[in-house]
Amino acid sequence: MLSPKVQALFDEPGCDKNREKDEKTRKKGCSKPLTPGAAAGGCAFDGAKIVLQPITDVAHLVHAPLACEGNSWDNRGAASSGPMLWRTSFTTDLTELDVVMGQGERKLYKAIRQIVEEHAPPAIFVYATCVTALIGDDLDAVCKHATEKFGTPVIPVHSAGFVGSKNLGNKLAGEALIDHVIGTHEPDDVGLTDIVILGEFNLAGEFWMVKPLLDELGIRVRACIPGDARYLDVASAHTARATMMVCSTALIALARKMEERWGIPYFEGSFYGIADTSEALRRIAELLVARGADAELIDRTEALIAREEAIVWAKLEAFRTRLAGKRVLLNTGGVKSWSVASALMEIGIEIVGTSVKKSTEEDKERIKALLEDEHKMFEGMAPRDLYALLERHDADIMLSGGRTQFIALKARMPWLDINQERHHPYAGYDGMVELVTQIDIAIRNPIWAEVNAPSPFADDGTVIGETVIGRGRSVGAPARRPAEPAAEEAAPAYIHKKFAASGSGDADDC
Amino acid sequence: MAHVLHSEQAASTNPLKSSQPLGAAFAFLGVDGCVPLFHGSQGCTSFALVLFVRHFKETIPLQTTAMDEVATIMGGADHLEEAILNLKTRTRPKLIGVCTTALVETRGEDFAGDLAIIRARRAEALAGTEVVLAATPDFDGSIEEGWSKAVVAMIDGITARVSPRRDPRRIAVLPGFDMTVADVEEIRETIEAFGLEPTILPDVSGALDGTVPGKWIPTTYGGTSVDDIRTLGECVHCLAIGENQRAAAEKLAEVADVPYTLFASLTGLKPFDRFVTALSELSGRPVPAKLRRRRSQLADALLDGHFHFGGKKIAIAAEPDLLHRLATFFVGMGAEVTAAVTTTGSSSILRQVPADEVEVGDLGLFEKRARGADLLVTHSHGRQASERLGIPLFRVGFPIFDRLGPQHRCHVGYRGTRDLIFDVANLFQSEIHEPTPEGLNPLARRERAHDSRPSPEPRRH
Repeated sequence: MLSPKVQALFDEPGCDKNREKDEKTRKKGCSKPLTPGAAAGGCAFDGAKIVLQPITDVAHLVHAPLACEGNSWDNRGAASSGPMLWRTSFTTDLTELDVVMGQGERKLYKAIRQIVEEHAPPAIFVYATCVTALIGDDLDAVCKHATEKFGTPVIPVHSAGFVGSKNLGNKLAGEALIDHVIGTHEPDDVGLTDIVILGEFNLAGEFWMVKPLLDELGIRVRACIPGDARYLDVASAHTARATMMVCSTALIALARKMEERWGIPYFEGSFYGIADTSEALRRIAELLVARGADAELIDRTEALIAREEAIVWAKLEAFRTRLAGKRVLLNTGGVKSWSVASALMEIGIEIVGTSVKKSTEEDKERIKALLEDEHKMFEGMAPRDLYALLERHDADIMLSGGRTQFIALKARMPWLDINQERHHPYAGYDGMVELVTQIDIAIRNPIWAEVNAPSPFADDGTVIGETVIGRGRSVGAPARRPAEPAAEEAAPAYIHKKFAASGSGDADDC
Repeated sequence: MAHVLHSEQAASTNPLKSSQPLGAAFAFLGVDGCVPLFHGSQGCTSFALVLFVRHFKETIPLQTTAMDEVATIMGGADHLEEAILNLKTRTRPKLIGVCTTALVETRGEDFAGDLAIIRARRAEALAGTEVVLAATPDFDGSIEEGWSKAVVAMIDGITARVSPRRDPRRIAVLPGFDMTVADVEEIRETIEAFGLEPTILPDVSGALDGTVPGKWIPTTYGGTSVDDIRTLGECVHCLAIGENQRAAAEKLAEVADVPYTLFASLTGLKPFDRFVTALSELSGRPVPAKLRRRRSQLADALLDGHFHFGGKKIAIAAEPDLLHRLATFFVGMGAEVTAAVTTTGSSSILRQVPADEVEVGDLGLFEKRARGADLLVTHSHGRQASERLGIPLFRVGFPIFDRLGPQHRCHVGYRGTRDLIFDVANLFQSEIHEPTPEGLNPLARRERAHDSRPSPEPRRH
């Protein structure tokens, strides 16, 4: 049942890469075969859960033995402005007996009932996983029955881990939304400036740094999927007049199907970086005006862009003297690279490399033009190579996700989290200021000098650093008054030490 | 370099200080078989006693000369003599540490002379008990200076002036009042790891470490022995910890010609590297693998922990040495000390505090200066400011009466610094506020100018 669905997902007409392929390669699908023993990254369940979990007021029930949910819950930094049920973890926690005796479906049904009784959520998302798919639990049937019985939408998500990668899981989550959720509710306040945003996760609440700008322009976000979304807003998403697709590879099929089914045009954009934020606002206004919104929206949007860009550049300019010449390694995928890189370069930061793993061809071209050197672009880097690069201190800081964090830290290199577990919001104009602020804080931390200084003790424990009392002077030596530097004399050494690199030698700070 | 400012205010609001005699008594409590004796009215002793008990959750031997109206007018020498004799017969102490108070110092008597007369007159009755005097009026100094004066008094009064021999393995250690039981244990263990024998004065780790002795003992039990104080001159070297111990180290050098090295702080990688280097040099032994492993653990803790400190604003109120030690630690982790308040302005270490200004003041002043900080660092009395300002409080120093086990928290050495990083980082993590649409709205933030990200300025220190 899942096989044709997966096939269809791989043949995505909205995808540039897919269109470029010939018939035969297209049929193979876009997921690269995984190499046992040399694979990294999540499974399809992981991907599906990531996409749906930030919908805040629903219950997410994982039909699986414990590992799938028990080892992964409450691990991402999306933020909610209201309901918190999304952070409560639900799983059927299947036991051996459940599996052997075929109790899975019954247990799932009971679990759904329990959640309805205890939490009365507007909907429940039920996730299929490897084991429950393998033993053949009929998720669709149970969900259908429960929906009728309890009067609460129960949505099956076919996300068995073995079907593919995290990215495929993202797409499968989109399928669940288009098949069961979007279009099931008709709001009574439809307007000409309603939009839907796909693939915005509201990490660290960062979408709230952009939304006030849209509010000011009179643009209503009918649904931001999934960041800080409510079920009914998602169910009403089909009434939007335009779609902005933020994380292109995750939900492109959903955007295309919404266009096909309800005629909602979409574009791919990003709120990371200044140019991209402005571009996104422009495209939203254009699409809305093309579909009947008042044409003066475009002028107002341009005015807002001009105003905000002036403010943000002025703020960033203050960092120029502090950060000019600093070398940044951008080790993250996707559309973030170009726009963020261009803003950083604008204040004199040097980009020594950027990953283009998830970038579109168009994006790669822009990066190539920006960096003027293809060698600075890389698809991915083995941890050993990355460690070597960082250890040579060929960069002053690495911006990446948590996976490579400890490669940087063990190489005693500043590092900044720009992926899903981070605590700082980087979207929009003000997010760029926050990003630069955090880069500044990270690079300037005095610990770097301290941990990079060689140990004053050799491997055999002998002291090789600066002497304190004098080597070999103590034993049997005649007692005499020490030459102790007065506190005042020692003071200037401290002052210069704060940010300047200091060897282990200058020990006279006492 | 910090400017040291003195408060002009008449009213001290929510005092930061504990009094000088309390500090002296604290030091005497680190000596085995000792009873500190406050020469003053009963209340002086009672308040100090209650504060000690609240901090340590222990019975604290602390006595008073119970100056009454008549003695206050006629002179307190009789009360002092009576108190010493009574203590001698009732508790058989090895040491009576007399701490003067504001009352008797205002009256102004020749305490040293009185004590000399009492010792001479009662030589037989007082045999086996040392009596030393620390002049510690409440109207001067604070806990840190009181501690120092008591240590100076003990070395001056007890340590033998003629040293028959030097023991190349024996090291004198003079820790500050801000070293906890666990800190002192860490220092001792580190020294012993080099085959050296430390004599620690005072040694609160033996006396105030919260054990159950199994019988009633009216004096301190554990701590530095009086005999060890007497033979302190046999030490080959003295390690003083904290600028405030300089006077005691100088005294030991004067009395018994023991050279000293002063360590302003043992918190942090480099300060402890320096201490370990000194021990290696004194012992002629290499640094044990165990210590080098802990050093590497600390380096990793610096890496893992610095995320939580970078850009944070810290407000600290503490005694000079503790203030300097913690401010240096926080700045070393990438934080900024935006408020530094201390108890007395006389310590030379204050100018080395990595903050623009150090103000001598109280917790009232601290509360004003701490506005906008991310963390308050002071003793338990900072809890009211913490509540009012909505800023978390990291408890340090004395007194800590609303948390159990403050004496068992180690914040020196590689291990202690590692734990300090984790303690503070965990406090920050427990205080993470979920982001809100209002809090992140860039347009609203722009109107509330003080909340928006300020343009960075080069830090001045």
